[in-house]
Amino acid sequence: MELTGAQILLECLKREGVDVIFGYPGGAVIDIYDELPRHPLKHILVRHEQGAIHAADGYARASGKTGCCLVTSGPGATNTVTGIATAYMDSIPVVIITGQVPTPLIGNDAFQEVDIVGITRPCTKHNYLVKDVASLALTIRRAFYLARSGRPGPVLVDLPKDVMQARTAFVWPDDEAIRMRSYNPSAKPNKRQLQKVAELIRAAKRPVFYVGGGVVSANASADLCWLARRLHIPVTATLMGLGGFPADDPLWLGMLGMHGTYAANRAIQDSDLIIAAGARFDDRVTGKIAEFAPKATLVHIDIDPTSIQKNVAVHVPMVADVGQALSDLRALVEQQDAGFDFVAAHEPWVKTTLEWELEHPIKYVPAKRGEAVKPQYVVEKIYELTKGEAIIATEVGQNQMWTAQFYGFQSPRTFLSSGGLGTMGYGFPAAIGAQMAFPDKLVIDIAGDGSIQMNIQELATAVCYDLPVKIVILNNGYLGMVRQWQELFYKKNYCATCMEAQPDFVKLAEAYGAAGFRVTRSRDVEKVLKEAFAVPKPVIVDVRVSPDENVYPMVPAGKSLGEMLLV
Amino acid sequence: MSEKRHVLSVLVENEPGVLSRVAGLFSGRGFNIESLNVGPTLDKGVSIMTITTVGDEQIIEQIVKQLRKLVMTIKVVDLTEHKAVEREMVLIKVNAEDSRRAEILRIVDIFRCKVVDVSPEELTIEATGDVGKIKAIFSMLQRFGIKEIARTGTVALKRSLQD
Ligand SMILES: Cc1ncc(C[n+]2csc(CCOP(=O)(O)OP(=O)(O)O)c2C)c(N)n1
Ligand SMILES: [Mg+2]
Repeated sequence: MELTGAQILLECLKREGVDVIFGYPGGAVIDIYDELPRHPLKHILVRHEQGAIHAADGYARASGKTGCCLVTSGPGATNTVTGIATAYMDSIPVVIITGQVPTPLIGNDAFQEVDIVGITRPCTKHNYLVKDVASLALTIRRAFYLARSGRPGPVLVDLPKDVMQARTAFVWPDDEAIRMRSYNPSAKPNKRQLQKVAELIRAAKRPVFYVGGGVVSANASADLCWLARRLHIPVTATLMGLGGFPADDPLWLGMLGMHGTYAANRAIQDSDLIIAAGARFDDRVTGKIAEFAPKATLVHIDIDPTSIQKNVAVHVPMVADVGQALSDLRALVEQQDAGFDFVAAHEPWVKTTLEWELEHPIKYVPAKRGEAVKPQYVVEKIYELTKGEAIIATEVGQNQMWTAQFYGFQSPRTFLSSGGLGTMGYGFPAAIGAQMAFPDKLVIDIAGDGSIQMNIQELATAVCYDLPVKIVILNNGYLGMVRQWQELFYKKNYCATCMEAQPDFVKLAEAYGAAGFRVTRSRDVEKVLKEAFAVPKPVIVDVRVSPDENVYPMVPAGKSLGEMLLV
Repeated sequence: MSEKRHVLSVLVENEPGVLSRVAGLFSGRGFNIESLNVGPTLDKGVSIMTITTVGDEQIIEQIVKQLRKLVMTIKVVDLTEHKAVEREMVLIKVNAEDSRRAEILRIVDIFRCKVVDVSPEELTIEATGDVGKIKAIFSMLQRFGIKEIARTGTVALKRSLQD
């Protein structure tokens, strides 16, 4: 049977298991929208294409499935670029479908024509322009295959209007057909290297697991937990790795890096064996690279060969799927180390790290009577009320760091945050995506007053589709994180960081048909949060917090992890 | 670490945009390209790129890995690690008044170059060789006044016998 390009596209999406697509129509994709009502696919009409791509990304992070969004050519396509780069930096599987002008017009500066394949080449894992309807099905299948395999990432497919209208026989390409001689992500860990790691662990006195987003993305959390407990090794994680190891475990050191805990950073600097898994030695994590982990033997497990030996020279490189590597390591330990007393071997070290934790815990100075609400207190309360079981998205800035520090993430895929790109405006649409994946879960965006205004229009989306996302704004009246840098490193020259002329967020919520709450006193925080979380629709809670609170500890940019500013 | 010249042989799928993916990778990550040559291979679906670049060991390792990571890349070989033949062809337009013509032709002869175009004031010379030879030819012709050049960039193949 012959199908149109639009029909083939939707049939392929269905067979790829896509159940929801976030999109926004336009001339170049009307043919697809014309077909949409005849398909089981649920379409979420966002209010800005950036919202669509972030929502698809949030859906993917929360569910582990590949997210999908659909936008028109030209401005529709360019509006997704920030979100594509966000997903690329954090290795999130999403497929972006963009409309394109008809093939005969490509290159003519046609109306709403833009070379989106050219624009997104450096921020996608791969991208395609489909010029012939005969190759459409194969291209869509490959796009999904590329997005989710190896190191995941965004893949864009650009579809000219005439290709959507053309007809051809529909053939579903089998698994053999989608294989590519030029793409063979290696997943299997090298046995000899694994053996070496096991030996290093037995010999180590001060070992640390340093884990990143790869542990979450590879669903390696259970094996990590088993290994850490069996081997008695403390665990620290990057921002992207939060949730990969339960924060209430005694072996948890907290996040490391620029706003990491004293214990985590100190452990890295004193460690004699660091097992880095699914992390990439980002500058926000390592601080001054030359002084990073000076005493440690470094093991680095990552699916992407380019991540290894890029920023630091490691002693035991291992290109492998982190999930596979940790489960193989577990099998090895179970088989050959049954009699080894790891607790005895590592207990003195674990004790030392606990002492550091007690010496300098993550803390803040609580508000005195009459003082403004402390933002950290709000995050603590959210943690208490949700018992660490909610899905938490964040924006970017201080709100993001306080969430990372004061919310004890218990399980993977419950923390959605733009780590690599640091995209303000990410959290709220990502929370919408997560709520689509888990309609019955409590999904909260912990926001800043600046960031939330970057995609506030998606309140209409949340209201329209009954997605009861809760936004808690830590409203400090400032672009707080930038203000903090100005205070500490730029002689308090507070240029362009005070958010004057703020909207009334409560009225704004109400104008959109959501609910709005305001909190100005510490003693009301818990009560209002409770009330807000019980409202069965989207909510903004505008918490007026202390405007001059800073995020500590802090390793100033370019300094070593040993040089932390403490509270 | 010391910087060294490397010749990379890269087999890629012959598809639109592949050159710009490779070029974009170099510019986006701040890697050097000294020359880049693209051409067909015996397999219609495959193109071969020969890239000469300069960097220390760590940078070259990154370049090779980044090239391999591109979804369209089939194979990357650092020919510097192998025995290889490499050649570049250059066209050199040089000043050639009557009084100096004989001298230039002698140099052309010594280097086994060819004269491919002649006019009363100029000669255009075709020269082929490895980097060393091309450098030598330039330095010999410099004093006559080189007016224009065009270069193919290096192309290279692994030698059949490696031992
Ligand atoms: C799109 C974007 N623009 C600019 C920045 C730079 N930036 C980082 S944090 C920050 C301040 C964020 O302010 P707010 O959302 O109020 O959060 P706060 O730090 O006050 O909690 C800015 C401007 C960014 N990360 N993203
Ligand atoms: Mg703020």
